[in-house]
Amino acid sequence: MDLEVLVALPIIIPLLLGALSLTVLSNHSAQRWLGAIGTALLLLCSVWLLLHTREVGIQVLEVGSWPAPFGIVLVSDMLGAIMVVLASITGFATALYSLKTVRKRFERFGYYPLLHLLLAGVNGAFLTGDIFNLYVWFEVLLVASFALLILGGERAQMEGAIKYVTLNLLSSALFLTAIGLTYGLVGTLNMADIAVKMASLEDQKMVTVIASLFLIAFAIKAAAFPLFFWLPASYHTPQVAVSAIFAGLLTKVGVYALYRVFTLIFTADTGFTHEILLWIAIFTMLTGVLGAAAQFEVRRILSFHIISQIGYMILGLALFTPLALIGGVFYIMHHIIVKANLFLVAGLMYRLGGSFELKKLGGLYRNHPGLAVLFLIPALSLAGVPPLSGFFAKFILIKAGVEASAWWAVGVALLVGLLTLFSMIKIWNEAFWKASPEPNPAVPAPTRNALLYWTIGLLAAMTVCIGLFAQPIYQMAEMAAAQLLNPAGYIEAVLGGTTP
Amino acid sequence: MEVLVALMLGVLTTCGVYLVLRPRTFSVVLGLTMLSHAVNLFLFSMGRLHSNAPAVIGAAQQHADPLPQALVLTAIVISFAMTAFVVVLALRSALELRNDHVDGVDKEEEPI
Repeated sequence: MDLEVLVALPIIIPLLLGALSLTVLSNHSAQRWLGAIGTALLLLCSVWLLLHTREVGIQVLEVGSWPAPFGIVLVSDMLGAIMVVLASITGFATALYSLKTVRKRFERFGYYPLLHLLLAGVNGAFLTGDIFNLYVWFEVLLVASFALLILGGERAQMEGAIKYVTLNLLSSALFLTAIGLTYGLVGTLNMADIAVKMASLEDQKMVTVIASLFLIAFAIKAAAFPLFFWLPASYHTPQVAVSAIFAGLLTKVGVYALYRVFTLIFTADTGFTHEILLWIAIFTMLTGVLGAAAQFEVRRILSFHIISQIGYMILGLALFTPLALIGGVFYIMHHIIVKANLFLVAGLMYRLGGSFELKKLGGLYRNHPGLAVLFLIPALSLAGVPPLSGFFAKFILIKAGVEASAWWAVGVALLVGLLTLFSMIKIWNEAFWKASPEPNPAVPAPTRNALLYWTIGLLAAMTVCIGLFAQPIYQMAEMAAAQLLNPAGYIEAVLGGTTP
Repeated sequence: MEVLVALMLGVLTTCGVYLVLRPRTFSVVLGLTMLSHAVNLFLFSMGRLHSNAPAVIGAAQQHADPLPQALVLTAIVISFAMTAFVVVLALRSALELRNDHVDGVDKEEEPI
């Protein structure tokens, strides 16, 4: 079998699964099995793709056998393959968690087909090598996320969804404008081809204009400062499983797109674009963590922390040194797993404690010590306590910052790490440590949470493993960063060395 | 023709931005629609402006670039679907929240 088709599998599998589970919409157990087994299959395929890409190098699939600059290509380089694996891990964990938490009412309105469609959109965005195709995958994942966000139709969801939808559509309009300008300038849509033709242009001013448009469009998607307001308005409203997959994946698609275009295409004027990125990163880190400090609802605190973590990832891109990019990729790997896990833990806290409000929670440590441990692992990892995954991610980034003499960024990164710890300790003190505000909650907590514990435990184990066995993960991040810093390899893989 | 297209783009974008900044969901939806029209028109003009030129090579002396036309077709379909979704969302939220303010709370007006 030709292994090229492997590149398309992470898109085909969830699309097929989505269609299949749509046909059995009224059969709840079939939908659940399709969800769990299908995402497990997706995970296997994406791990295979990652290993294959690591062994052989960048994989390219010319869709419909149309040759490269004209047809659409799917490209799996190390960054893309790593992101696909992370998406599949989050998808699998969410599907497992949904088995016990998503009610039949939501399943009847197409929860599982939407989940698969979302994964297809995310994986498509990670793998495509065509800028307009990237836009299409963005829209696929957006429309799936719109529907997932308002599933259930509660008041808070509607209010959050209006902001989420409006700002994301606005960002899509900007993205499309940027694509239009790019096509008008270089007459191609293939990203590798764009990179070649942009570099040979005489007038680089227009390129910088296009770069700024892409920057704004993707910064809205990634929830970077000052364009993040849709995120805290909406992420705490849907089902916990939905929140978890949104928190893990959606903003990271924006970050991935920034990484892709600002390492492949717009590298001519790094003094201008990457300087802006640096300040965006600094303010994103700071505003996110300060926003979290003012919140007393678990999911809102976690939502604001997504923003501050996005700042770290953009910092890796902004410094644009080999070590910084390694740190950025490492950070993305660590963050997706930890963040999705924290939302899943928050869901279990709600199930056992009866509320998301810190004031109403309490005594969880006494009653559920296992959950307390499972909360502490991702929480401390998020704050960057050794030997968990977050420590290495932050360490690499800060070391890169010191080497690049970006003292403001280093100072803010350290301060934000401290404030993150403060925030996590706040949740710990209020929800786990202090005595329960009422002696007995009126409603008995649901039992049979074993599967939920296993899901959270699995993700927590991954966090610990990334921390304990950081070397192989570091090597993968190093390969990804090397490919990002040397776009000639990507361009040659896509265009087959025909164009100089 | 270029001046005309440029003017139209400018007017559409201006109206779109103004309407998106309004506090009512209905005008926001209209604004989003206008913005997406502006973007589609802009995308179309990126294949350069021609008159009497089919998008087929050899059918006439001059031919237009077919690719932006294909892109616009995709973008129109997507923006149509998104607009339909936003309209339903705005209606539903107006019913659910008892007002049509984008923040969900209207301090000036009595609820519907």
